[in-house]
Amino acid sequence: MTTEPLLEITDLRVEFPGRGFRAKPNEVLHGVSLDVAPGEVLGLVGESGSGKTTIGRAVLGLVKPSGGTIRFDGEDITHAGPRERRELAKSIQVVFQDPYTSLNPALTIGDILSEPLVVRGISAKEARARVSTLLDHVGLPKDAAERLPREFSGGQRQRVAIARALAPEPRLIVCDEPVSALDLTTQALVLQLLMDIQERTGVALLFISHDLAVVRHLSHRVAVIYKGDIVEVGPAARVTLEPEHGYTRRLLLAAPVADPVEQRKRRAERKRLASAGYLDTHAGPIIAG
Amino acid sequence: MVVSEPAEPRARRSPFRRLITDPQAIITASFLLLLVILGILAPVITQQGPNVANLQAINAEVGTPGLLLGGDQSGRDIFSRLMHSINTSVITALIGAGVATTIGLSFGLVGGYFGGRIRAAIEWLFNLIMTFPGLLLLIVLMPLTGGDYRVTMLIFGVLLSPGVYRIVRNVTVGVRNELYVDAARASGLPTARILLRHVMPAIRGPVIVATAFIMGGAIGTQSGLAFLGVGSTEVPSFGAMIASGFLNLYVDGTQFLWPALVLGLMTSSFVLLGNSLRDALEGPRPKAVKATAGARVTSRQARLAAGLTGPIPAAEAAALESDTDALLQVRDLELSYPSPDGGEPKQVLHGVSLELRAGETLGLVGESGSGKSQTAFSILKLLPATATVTGGSVRLDGREILPLRESEMRGIRGRDIAYVPQEPMANLDPAYTVGAQLVEGIRATTSLSRREAKERAMELLGKVGIPDPARTYASYPHQISGGMAQRVLIAAAIASRPRVLIADEPTTALDVTIQAEILDLLRDLQEEMGMAILLVTHNFGVVADMCDRIAVMQHGRIVEEGDVLQVFHEPRHPYTQSLLRSILDETTVRDDGRFAASGAATKESK
Amino acid sequence: MLPYIARRVGTALILALLVTFITYWLLSFSFDGVVANILGPASSPDAVAALQRQLGLDRPLVVQYFDWLWGVLRGDFGVSYFTSEPVARAVVSRLGVTLSIVLVALALSAIVSVALGVLAASRAGFLDKLSQGISLLGHLFPNLLIAIALVLVLAINLKLLPATGFTPFSEDPVRWAATITIPVIVLVINGVANMAAQVRGTMIGELQKDYVRTLRSRGIGGRSVVFKHALRNAAAPALVVLSLEFIAMFGGALIIENVFALPGFGSFAFNSSIQGDIPVIMGITVFGVMLVVGVNLLTDLVNGWLNPKARVY
Repeated sequence: MTTEPLLEITDLRVEFPGRGFRAKPNEVLHGVSLDVAPGEVLGLVGESGSGKTTIGRAVLGLVKPSGGTIRFDGEDITHAGPRERRELAKSIQVVFQDPYTSLNPALTIGDILSEPLVVRGISAKEARARVSTLLDHVGLPKDAAERLPREFSGGQRQRVAIARALAPEPRLIVCDEPVSALDLTTQALVLQLLMDIQERTGVALLFISHDLAVVRHLSHRVAVIYKGDIVEVGPAARVTLEPEHGYTRRLLLAAPVADPVEQRKRRAERKRLASAGYLDTHAGPIIAG
Repeated sequence: MVVSEPAEPRARRSPFRRLITDPQAIITASFLLLLVILGILAPVITQQGPNVANLQAINAEVGTPGLLLGGDQSGRDIFSRLMHSINTSVITALIGAGVATTIGLSFGLVGGYFGGRIRAAIEWLFNLIMTFPGLLLLIVLMPLTGGDYRVTMLIFGVLLSPGVYRIVRNVTVGVRNELYVDAARASGLPTARILLRHVMPAIRGPVIVATAFIMGGAIGTQSGLAFLGVGSTEVPSFGAMIASGFLNLYVDGTQFLWPALVLGLMTSSFVLLGNSLRDALEGPRPKAVKATAGARVTSRQARLAAGLTGPIPAAEAAALESDTDALLQVRDLELSYPSPDGGEPKQVLHGVSLELRAGETLGLVGESGSGKSQTAFSILKLLPATATVTGGSVRLDGREILPLRESEMRGIRGRDIAYVPQEPMANLDPAYTVGAQLVEGIRATTSLSRREAKERAMELLGKVGIPDPARTYASYPHQISGGMAQRVLIAAAIASRPRVLIADEPTTALDVTIQAEILDLLRDLQEEMGMAILLVTHNFGVVADMCDRIAVMQHGRIVEEGDVLQVFHEPRHPYTQSLLRSILDETTVRDDGRFAASGAATKESK
Repeated sequence: MLPYIARRVGTALILALLVTFITYWLLSFSFDGVVANILGPASSPDAVAALQRQLGLDRPLVVQYFDWLWGVLRGDFGVSYFTSEPVARAVVSRLGVTLSIVLVALALSAIVSVALGVLAASRAGFLDKLSQGISLLGHLFPNLLIAIALVLVLAINLKLLPATGFTPFSEDPVRWAATITIPVIVLVINGVANMAAQVRGTMIGELQKDYVRTLRSRGIGGRSVVFKHALRNAAAPALVVLSLEFIAMFGGALIIENVFALPGFGSFAFNSSIQGDIPVIMGITVFGVMLVVGVNLLTDLVNGWLNPKARVY
């Protein structure tokens, strides 16, 4: 089964202006290549400062790449203008990490959800009906439309953010750490919701997270990014259970298991492999384990 | 499926409602409205023009027929001049505030939203305007303006525009960085609509407030200039009236009183109205709290145990007996905060009890809002001054510490109980070097000299695994990484070999690889120094890695406590069970078989 | 640090050039009036033209400006059209009067504001209410009214202080202090109203930050936490307000020194401006701008010392 990729990122470079007078620009992505097939969930794992969020923002057009190309459905969108972007917004959507600042506190949930629809020329009545369906899809009560974001908890707000992303029936949603600001129980529920929606609608996800366990749960394939370079890409099971790259192994073994017995073993394993140099960022597959 | 999480209470009253129920706003606004009406009606209610001089009226007394407030030294009707001066002031206020607001608002929106070169250029321009000796230029340029107060106010408006610009730019930059604006952009909303719908509402309040203050300021400044003599003598104004009345002080002391009175009432009305507007539109301003005082303690149990209330009644004696050899013992701790609207105090801890034995690690686990951090801060007595400990006791080595005064607690903090915070960067003072901060803490808890303290600090930095202690010692906090900063904070905490270390989410803000290193460090230090650790966390992986025992908190109560293996493998309380169920296990991989092969085609960049 | 200062001084010079040129250009629109002013109302057009030529006002604007600038660079600001007094000397003597008021007022305002703001923020309760009340009261009335009220009460009714006049410090320090007391009080009332509220607000913010709690957790005392740490961090924004307050006070002094008939910068500028004494006006502009620019440069440097993160050099 070989399908054309829905999203294809080739040799993407992004740099930010340096701080201060005549400072050198700071390159945060050093030529990243990735692709996402239609209906696929690609997990993108990395630590803070790795550039994972920047990849998502470049796809959304929120940062300007300094090199490389981003193609969506075969079309080059690397330097899409405002008009093209508005068109693209139908197909590419986003769910951000922080549910507290991703919803405008001054607007009701109904306004937040209907705004992108109304801008696109859908009648107010139709938009209202659509909002009510969307709220239902994400498991929120119908009267939520009349209320303000501050009346909702973090998990509920994240549901609103997911509903907003679903509104135009997109083909790709960029999820930037959508569950990392949530409590444990809420995180599990929201993750389940995302999986259900993904299976039901077949939307592709670029799922960005620092948490290997979350990514493992949801993704078909996983890419690992370290300091602006992709170090490993592959099927979720292989990358997250038997990583080939030293850095991925370090990531995997550093995350503590929620079981005292297992964790003791993992800690010992981490120390053993670290002293053998298998967790260095340039270390390859373990030949003789 | 609806998630049953606690949601915040419903919205407060609207700003407009708050404004029309504020007597200060009503009175000042009505007074200003009255003045405006009087000014408009000036030609009707006065009998002669403001500049008509009449020899009989020179210095006429108050109440002279036809001259309600008498005449000035040139024989002009003071009442008429007063009424016409109102118009001058109103026009002054409108021009000054209008120009300042228009310029500030438009440039602030553009500069705040777009950034980059555009913002840099605008910023430069406004810095330039701001450094103009404004009033001096207004005077110097008189030959050009002819002193016309309208032109003067036009320039004055420009000179005041940086104030509005800064407000608008700051709010806009703030909103611009909010994710909801990114979300709106990603939804394909045009820039104009984003500015109008998402940015404007946030700016409206502060700009209205600033406008009220600028109006008052413009009137004051115009009066000052007119007093100085800037401007045409034909234009009646408070300043000119005060000047002529002031010169005439010894002839008639009341002449300058009328314009001074109206001017004073007018400017103070603007200021008071501005204050009311600020309260209504921007919410209550931050109130000071006694920052370095501890919380109030009303716990009877603690006071009895500390011997503060005289002999212990026999009936309660048994309850005060310490029946364990625990190093730290928290019993039935109750904590409450006053509610913001003055109603029933909000209780956040409902009788928390826990024990920490020497050398062990206890994990205090719970979700946000469960009260785990509040428990930790209660032990250190580092609660906000508004908090009240209403019940329970905290004992260190059998000694009750809750009722201790701040000066006595200072002897315990750092020495017996130390603290490692969550956000490493926010917990170092940005203005001092790492070394200076370490030395200050060491000297507060020991009797070491400055030189000895420095040696000790270096030694500690080495001990917490910092590769180049001398360099880190001389660094400012912003020059080191988050992981390094956390090591520094741990070094500071263990400086006096405390017996209890309270670590509040010590790795939550860190990357997972750094987290592993920090946890290793804590474990090594504990082994070496034998201290007990109270580890506050929401992460069960961290608990599994570090703890001997666990206490699970929910809604200000401990719902389950026990040995780490027992709680993980046989949780008794339903809440603990649901928490453990929510943990993503280590082996489940998504496998719907659809994309197993497509990965092969992917290019790897390295 | 030196290259930074050099760059800042460079910028300041460019700014001064820009402002003086704009001023000169704006003044050029009133040159005819100036000459008529010198000659009196009954002057013939020929006489006006002759004087214009004599003063060099008939040359192209740019030539006139650079001629003036060349003089300034050699330290020659020209002489007054009306009194023939060298401009530099006249300006400096008047500036001294105004500056002595402004600097004393600024120093007092800063001390009072910091004390009040810090106490209000760290002690809360009554002191907090008091400081807010003082800030509000100080804002209610324009300087002019406060000045007049104080003159009436302190000078005319109670006869505690002289109502008008100025004695240089070098002549009689006690009388000097007496003559500037009321103007200083007026400026301090306004300055405290502006700055105390700002110090209070920033201090409240600092004291609620996490690092304050962490410092206390190490057994460090309240006084060190408030004064050594929180105040130091609150000082940088307060300093910016202080530098803006300097400009505001300078403007305020121009007006209120007139209430007290002080021979300061304000009345000097006003009279020169009425007469159209171009060399004097230009001299006033140069000194005014350089003063403000100097204060801003100083602010930046001190700010860098206070706030290592913002250190630009």
